Amino acid sequence: MTITRQPEWNAEEAAALIAPIVAAESGPVLLCLQAVQAHYGHVYSDAIALIADACNVSRADVHGVFTFYADLRETPPPAVPVRLCAAEACQAVGARTLKAEWSAACEASPELATLTGVDEPIFCLGNCALGPAAMVNGELIGRADVARLCQAIDAAQAQERPL
Amino acid sequence: MSIWFVPRDAAARSMGADAVAAALTDRGETVVRNGSRGMLWMEPLIERAETRDGERVGWSNMTAVHIEQALPSEDSEHYVGPVEEIDYLARQNRWIYERVGVTDPLDPEDYLRHGGLAGLKNALAVSGDAVVDIITTSGLRGRGGAGFPAGIKWRTVAEQSAQPHAGESRDATPHKYICVNADEGDSGTFADRMLMEGDPFCLLEGMTIAAHAVGADRGLVYLRSEYPDAIATLQAAIDIARERHWLGDDILGSKVAFDVEIRVGAGSYVCGEETAMLESLEGRRGMVRAKPPLPAIKGLFGTPTVINNVLTIASVPSILARGAETYAALGQERSLGTQVFQLAGNIAQGGIVETAFGITARALVADFGGGTRSGKPVRAVQLGGPLGAYLPDDKLDVAMTYEALAAAGGMIGHGGIVVFDETVNMADQARFAMDFCVEESCGKCTPCRIGAVRGVETLDKIRAGQDVEGNTALLRDLCDVMTQGSLCAMGGLTPNPVLSAINQFPEDFQSPVIATG
Repeated sequence: MTITRQPEWNAEEAAALIAPIVAAESGPVLLCLQAVQAHYGHVYSDAIALIADACNVSRADVHGVFTFYADLRETPPPAVPVRLCAAEACQAVGARTLKAEWSAACEASPELATLTGVDEPIFCLGNCALGPAAMVNGELIGRADVARLCQAIDAAQAQERPL
Repeated sequence: MSIWFVPRDAAARSMGADAVAAALTDRGETVVRNGSRGMLWMEPLIERAETRDGERVGWSNMTAVHIEQALPSEDSEHYVGPVEEIDYLARQNRWIYERVGVTDPLDPEDYLRHGGLAGLKNALAVSGDAVVDIITTSGLRGRGGAGFPAGIKWRTVAEQSAQPHAGESRDATPHKYICVNADEGDSGTFADRMLMEGDPFCLLEGMTIAAHAVGADRGLVYLRSEYPDAIATLQAAIDIARERHWLGDDILGSKVAFDVEIRVGAGSYVCGEETAMLESLEGRRGMVRAKPPLPAIKGLFGTPTVINNVLTIASVPSILARGAETYAALGQERSLGTQVFQLAGNIAQGGIVETAFGITARALVADFGGGTRSGKPVRAVQLGGPLGAYLPDDKLDVAMTYEALAAAGGMIGHGGIVVFDETVNMADQARFAMDFCVEESCGKCTPCRIGAVRGVETLDKIRAGQDVEGNTALLRDLCDVMTQGSLCAMGGLTPNPVLSAINQFPEDFQSPVIATG
């Protein structure tokens, strides 16, 4: 099994990553957090102070932005993230049942649970006529069921290469 | 040699369109990746033409395996005939979506051959004021949900002078902004996404016309992170547009200077509210601002800012190209022009239906949609997203206009229509609506932040059969406080789905349930 490795935290590298954003933008905090997460897979706690200093705002301000947005993560993402849509259009075609079945599959296989992470519900993937919708490693899945999710996970793993 | 069209739209890809395209390429066929026609139950819907702009015939629900076996023929059970003659498509009136599904979204020549830039050229031939007049005459109203007249908003921004960023010491250049709200978070809506993936130049052209009209120099598209394909397609279109001088310092040789950037959201529903979006664009928590000041006067970084939804801006090029009077002749009352309806949820024929305002909800659900996908009777339809009311099947004869829906206690919202069959439990849906508000409230005002939590608790008591009458009265009272006291639509409209569920489907609130939604 290939696990995606995230780069180790490097303060100098991170500072270089956010410097052009701080120089160019009037409101750079969220953009800096997104840039750090795009590079490291999550927001290392050291990044909060670094961004606060660079943007000349308090750490509390940066922490406040960080905790507001559901996308910003404190911990590394799972190797193959699986997100199930929990919104109304997918509820109408069995999203609740799919969630229960998926949870059962993850309970039965600790390996699968580690690989795909805890399902964090996502509200709408914009595939509302072909629900239930899911996203596996960034790929949108229509009319999802457990078998199609597993197929997509296998395909994602086959594509992955160690760094 | 035939040309094959295989959609690159995320919905088509979610059903295997990439593998179908690869299988065709492997057979040595020429493949164009078009947008989706919006008949999503047919995806992947592939089409064949003898020439690039020739008549196209189609095959629905194709897989790579089909292609590997043989190229599809007219005898196949998947054959759907000439695509534009399919009833679902032939009965629509496509303005905003005129090119979506027809063209390769990232081929600028294709865009020009199908009427692209005609609107911008007409706009640049007259003054900005004249463009604002044209938009006012067309009757175009905001498609994000509130339905505010676009011409009045543009006029307000046009009358302001450009301002430097508030509190900014490094750069004192005055600006006005065009901010496009592409934070399409409503469940059951996907028209912004499909437009950005299927005809991104149309959005850029509309933004440029708006910039000329009000004298703006900068454009931002606030696009949700849940739409990676739309982000990639729009960014590619921006790069092409800059190369072609459709964006930049000297647009089409006119001296109009305007450029567009994408800002990606970070998973917050409330950032679809315009002032929360501004806060997010300024890099802060997406907390709603009190109005006034209006964003048109003090918007992004304190500058005059036009904020319009994707569909509002995408309506603009066709209005400039085909004429405001032609546009205003469509629709009824003060709901003029076309609306892009999105059929979603438990529906047999889900997808995009662009038609003049005034069609009934039943015509959309039954005639276009073909009823439920499960084949069971329709029980409830939610109109206008998670903050819209649930209507029972017998109330679907309402006309889809801002006015008629408001009179019926509903709203058109962003045009989303989510269908549920008889298996739905409306107490579960009411609880979900409150729970969604708990999850997504920005926390600024108390009725929304705390009211939603108390709403979930009270609904749980009702669902458990505890003093149903007393708790229902309490919930109604709470909904009244949320409606009257919330700062924005998040808390203010959450009572819509909750109260409509209680009022229209009281039987679901009488018997205790165990499962939680």
